[in-house]
This record gives sequence, structure tokens and C-alpha cells, in this order.
Amino acid sequence: MTVKELLDSGRFEVVNIGEEVEREITTPFCCDLLSIAMGRAPAGCAWVTVMGNMNTLAVAALADAACIIMAEGALLDDVAMKKAKDQEITVLRTEDPIFEAALWIYQQMHD
Amino acid sequence: MAEAIVLKYEISPDDFTRAGEASSDVKGKLKQMGVSPAAVRKVAIAMYEGEINMVIHAKGGEITVEITPERIRMILADVGPGIPDIDLAMKAGYSTAPDEVRNLGFGAGMGLPNMKKYTDTMEIETELGVGTTITMTVNL
Repeated sequence: MTVKELLDSGRFEVVNIGEEVEREITTPFCCDLLSIAMGRAPAGCAWVTVMGNMNTLAVAALADAACIIMAEGALLDDVAMKKAKDQEITVLRTEDPIFEAALWIYQQMHD
Repeated sequence: MAEAIVLKYEISPDDFTRAGEASSDVKGKLKQMGVSPAAVRKVAIAMYEGEINMVIHAKGGEITVEITPERIRMILADVGPGIPDIDLAMKAGYSTAPDEVRNLGFGAGMGLPNMKKYTDTMEIETELGVGTTITMTVNL
């Protein structure tokens, strides 16, 4: 599943469309602790989290995540939103819990 | 051997809005130079962890990045408090970060272990009350 396919699926609300949307998603990844995500987020992951500050964006960019999905209705704060646009990082959101969001992506990838 | 390309960055203390800018800049430059995505990712993660440490603990500092066809070397020098016990600091989960840093999702005691994990060599020179210099290399 590519980032573009995820954007086009309608399953998630689109917050920001970044670069490299043709990129293949390698796996969903769930973590809210940035210290852990930094070391463990696989390259190309769809990172599902409730943590929406500017450091989330920095970690996503540097750990090379394919996109971020804000779950549980979490929002990016203003600084984070600006960073998403500046750094061209794809961000989506949902009211659903982290597990359901990640599971849906997993199912699309494996069905 | 070709001469090294040298990049230098000043890291501001206590400024989490800017933390990561130096690492992002290096990431972009390495990408442009055609360095492999895997190596770029290692450098970006290790340097960002170091940058965050400098913001949290050390009142900022200076990062020098030397790039040659063989390797990328990052030298992170600060004039912070120094690390009293390096073995303890290297232990995953050990942290002295304040609560406001933890509230941002950091400070879980993974910084130094992550830096070691993502680099080929890492050396720490530290003196209490004087500062810390960490030198990391990623081979290409």
C-alpha cells in the first residue's frame, strides 16, 4: 500500500500531504514515546500516535517514516502543523483508537 | 583521499522548536550527495538524539559533521555539566531528564543507547563541570 493509496482510501482525514506519496508503506508502527519511536520506528512505516508536537514531526522525518497518523482525535499543535508543511510530511488523522487505525492499515497491506 | 566536507552547527539551549534542524539539514545534504538512504537514516537518528541531549542537558553546543567517501563523522561538543557515570547513562531506560522534557515524549533514557545502536563507532569524552564531546562515525 502506498501513501497515496492511504490518502485516497477515505479512511482517514487528511491533515497534510507531503512529498514522496508514491512511497510504499512498510508496516504500521504504534508508539507515543518519542524516545522509543526514534530508535524503533522502521523506515517507511505508517506511524500511528497521539503525540502531536513538533518533535513528533522531527522524529518522523529523521527516522524516515512514510507518514504519521494521529489517532484518538489527537491534533497537531500549530508549531507541529507548520513543521509538517515545511518538511513536507504526510499527516492523517482519525477519531479511532491507535489499535484500530493500525489494524486497518495492516489488513489493507495483507489482504 | 578526497578532502572532507565539513558542516558546522550551533545548537541553541532549551529550544525544542528548533531541535532537529541541524540533523534535518545534514539529512538533506547527505541525500543530495547521493549517500545511501540506510546510511542517511543512521546519521539522522544518531545526530538528532545527540542534538536533543544537548538541548536538554547541556545548554546547547556545537556539532561538526565531516563527510568523506568512506565515512561520516559527527563531533558533538558541549560545555554542559558532564556525565558523572557513563555506564549508567548508556543503560537503556536510565534518564535524568526533567518532567517538561518527558511531557514532550522524550527523556526515556534511550538517547545514548540509540546513538550507539545506529553508529559504527562512538566515543564519549566527558569531564564534570567542563563538558562532553561525543564522536560518532557511520561508515559508508
